[in-house]
Amino acid sequence: MEKYLLIESRDPYETREVENNYALASSLAIAGNDVTLFLVQNGVLPARKGAKLNGLQEVINSGVHVLGDEFSLRERGIAMDTLPKGIRAAPIDVVVDQLAEGRKAIWL
Amino acid sequence: MKVLQIIDSAYRCTIEEQDDPAVWITHAMKGAGADLDVLLCGNAVNYAVKGQDASGLRFGEIVQKNPPKLDNDIARLIGKNINVMVYSEDTAARGITEAQLLPGVRRVSRTEAPTIFSRYDQLWHW
Amino acid sequence: MKDKKTLTFSIMDGPYEQARTVTVFRLLDNAARRGYNLNVFAYEGAVNLPFSKQSKHPNAVHGHDAAEEDHPLPKDWVASLIQTAKKHGGALDWINCGLCVDERGAHEAIEGCRRGTPGDLWKWAQQSDNTLIVGTR
Repeated sequence: MEKYLLIESRDPYETREVENNYALASSLAIAGNDVTLFLVQNGVLPARKGAKLNGLQEVINSGVHVLGDEFSLRERGIAMDTLPKGIRAAPIDVVVDQLAEGRKAIWL
Repeated sequence: MKVLQIIDSAYRCTIEEQDDPAVWITHAMKGAGADLDVLLCGNAVNYAVKGQDASGLRFGEIVQKNPPKLDNDIARLIGKNINVMVYSEDTAARGITEAQLLPGVRRVSRTEAPTIFSRYDQLWHW
Repeated sequence: MKDKKTLTFSIMDGPYEQARTVTVFRLLDNAARRGYNLNVFAYEGAVNLPFSKQSKHPNAVHGHDAAEEDHPLPKDWVASLIQTAKKHGGALDWINCGLCVDERGAHEAIEGCRRGTPGDLWKWAQQSDNTLIVGTR
């Protein structure tokens, strides 16, 4: 098993490639890897309650650790206690932690 | 250390000297001893198509004498023993047939990504 | 302080036209406060981040003169990140891609930022615990 850190800075509403990125995260997890998908910048927009998840639910179901950057959530007025089940708010420290541990990291 | 260069941003640097900066830096780092392969995805799969021609740009009286030659740049990567792969789903979606691809370009499926990624120490997405 | 690590980042964007500058600066700030050794390879438009000729200006929409607005400039943030890393026992080394500098006329960089080549990025990556490429879009 390998460890991956995927950083998604874009949302699936403006950029179709994001759905491919979600599928990549799922496929890595289904293949038995430990995968974190860190949503940042507009990447957190699907984390608003009621937003269309456009494939993000499958990512959650596949066992990927889906995290939303606290600053990006706050900047967009998305309350951290209303995130969909399976998405957790997290500080950017997590990214530095996982880079430091040597995970395979991809800025998507 | 072996690195997979994942390139999806495409055709944004027609007037920049480097043709495509991600392809260019792959050449430059290879020259510095780097061990690299390339995976083209998204619109960048079109970089592997034969017969691209960006010549003829002229703004005012100034002509671009050395336009990008991305197909040539990709062919030269292959000539340096760099594996160049394209996602077959992305070529198919864009109507790119195998016959239109440069010789030596390998088509792989997105479903193979976990296996492909496992072969590299780092994944650099440009 | 956590174990000292070395991280390399490559960034490609100029300061303002996208959100990646903010996120990368946040990552650098976080890692600098841990005392990590940090390398930044500025490629393409990112060579403008430490451009020393940036200057503050008034903001009529805010009703502020330059002093009241006191808007931090990217070059000052880069300088501050370098100082922060040093203060916490680490270092931040910044290389601007030389050809990118030439194309953009961005030769005057602040102290602590120097000119280099893609070979430097590869060398750094080999010496680092990890490397993150932040591509432009």
